[in-house]
Amino acid sequence: MSVKLEIQELNKDFEKVKALKNVSLKVEPGELFGFIGPDGAGKTTLFRLITSLLLPTSGSISVDGLDCVSDFKKIRNLTGYMPGRFSLYLDLTVEENLNFYASIFKTSLKENYHLIKDIYEQIEPFKKRKAGDLSGGMKQKLALSCALIHKPKLLILDEPTTGVDAVSRKEFWELLKKMQKTGITILVSTPYMDEASLCDRVALMQKGEIMAVDTPEIIVNSYAGRLWEVKTNNMFALLSNLNEINDDIRLIFRFGETVHFTTTKLEEDTVSTLVASSLKEKGHENIVVKKTVAQIEDCFLALMEE
Amino acid sequence: MNKEENIIVVENLVKKFGNFVANDNLNFEVKKGEIFGFLGANGAGKTTAIKILSGLSKPTSGKAIVAGFDVSRETDEVKKNIGYMSQRFSLYDDLTVKENFRFYGGIYRLSNKEIREKTEFMLNKLGMTDYRDMLLKKIPLGWKQKLAFSVAGMHDPAVVFLDEPTGGVDPITRRQFWEMIYEKADEGTTVFVTTHYMDEAEYCQRVSIMAEGRIEALDTPAMLKKQFGVKTMDEVFVKIARV
Repeated sequence: MSVKLEIQELNKDFEKVKALKNVSLKVEPGELFGFIGPDGAGKTTLFRLITSLLLPTSGSISVDGLDCVSDFKKIRNLTGYMPGRFSLYLDLTVEENLNFYASIFKTSLKENYHLIKDIYEQIEPFKKRKAGDLSGGMKQKLALSCALIHKPKLLILDEPTTGVDAVSRKEFWELLKKMQKTGITILVSTPYMDEASLCDRVALMQKGEIMAVDTPEIIVNSYAGRLWEVKTNNMFALLSNLNEINDDIRLIFRFGETVHFTTTKLEEDTVSTLVASSLKEKGHENIVVKKTVAQIEDCFLALMEE
Repeated sequence: MNKEENIIVVENLVKKFGNFVANDNLNFEVKKGEIFGFLGANGAGKTTAIKILSGLSKPTSGKAIVAGFDVSRETDEVKKNIGYMSQRFSLYDDLTVKENFRFYGGIYRLSNKEIREKTEFMLNKLGMTDYRDMLLKKIPLGWKQKLAFSVAGMHDPAVVFLDEPTGGVDPITRRQFWEMIYEKADEGTTVFVTTHYMDEAEYCQRVSIMAEGRIEALDTPAMLKKQFGVKTMDEVFVKIARV
């Protein structure tokens, strides 16, 4: 019941703004595919094109062999879409919203109850409550139930975890993994880099362009250069002090309680001594320098700086 | 003023909505120039507490002093001495950059001269002098957030409240934003910040974590990790917030 998605040389302009620039990619049936990037990367525009809510300036998209422009009616039947902004009817109850969306697709809550059971059960005690009176987490579950009620083969979730706390985000991803097992193809966008590792494959996006597409493992393993982490007693001065040591010490970024930097030319076994002694001269104490493994955010930062 | 001075003092603060206890006996202090992370799951009661501390909502019982003023009785004084920005609401999209500065400067009762000087100074610092006449809605989110932070601090308030200031912002701009926070705190402004990025919790001097209306943990990131026997703030957060 899953579908393949193919995007070829897709461009979308809004007057002078190029929201998407020559985007090409394939998503395999049953994949959980992530679009990772900040606000303005073009994630929402891309999803609106796939769901046939916008027309491309050029290029093509096919879902299950259907064209997003000429076969849009068929594609809409195949697709479940949860937009970034909550867009159900606030003055309808939970149950009324679900029945309404089911009836649009000529089905009913009763008929497809089994499809949404796991998620809907959690909000069913509040089925007589108006959608406008639900908490953020419950709204999200209702929106997801509505997106799934017509048994879509392709589920598109636009930033479902934005503004959601770290624990609820983890729970939401567990839910997605479970849903994926039913065979549905899932596209999900997120600005949280750490969520990339939960996807089968990801596209890293920035300013309308795809900078990399691959499995999260391959992306982090192909990080160019050696990555180091350093920690001292004076983290505030560390960034500028690191910058003054050597031209080969680049991509200096704070990462939680450490600072990451990258070297490409310096001999590997000289780096930690060089950095530690230079920092000591500048008054740092408790200096720890060690090699570390890249995360998706390291890769994203490196790609942004290219 | 010295660095040890408490800018926020909260004692036995309770806020109820009907039978629901949104803030259940909060007690904490925040020092001058401190960067204080205010974390918690959605619905834990953070927004309620911030509304009380910024004079927008009154506590049911207990006391909160912000910049020397009582939030229940001296709300106008509290509002004059704080700055506020969030991801959802910061500046006006249909005003230009300069107009936003002028509008907020006016609200904070700065003189025309002060507004002009501050505007020039901050646009220079942000490298945005060429964008002064551009409408806010044309400006990318990351820049908008930096502008909003500058505006929230233009009247040199004792405290700035930042409610998820970096949500959706790209990773480079997110780090630049934190550089701005450090600088502001260094000048003596207290920064009270909420975030869902756990790496940012590490950038705070102290962090409190709320769950179900109560503050369940409050300490430096290093001490919290030690206390819970874990390596990252993410794990601390999960231990506390996963009920």
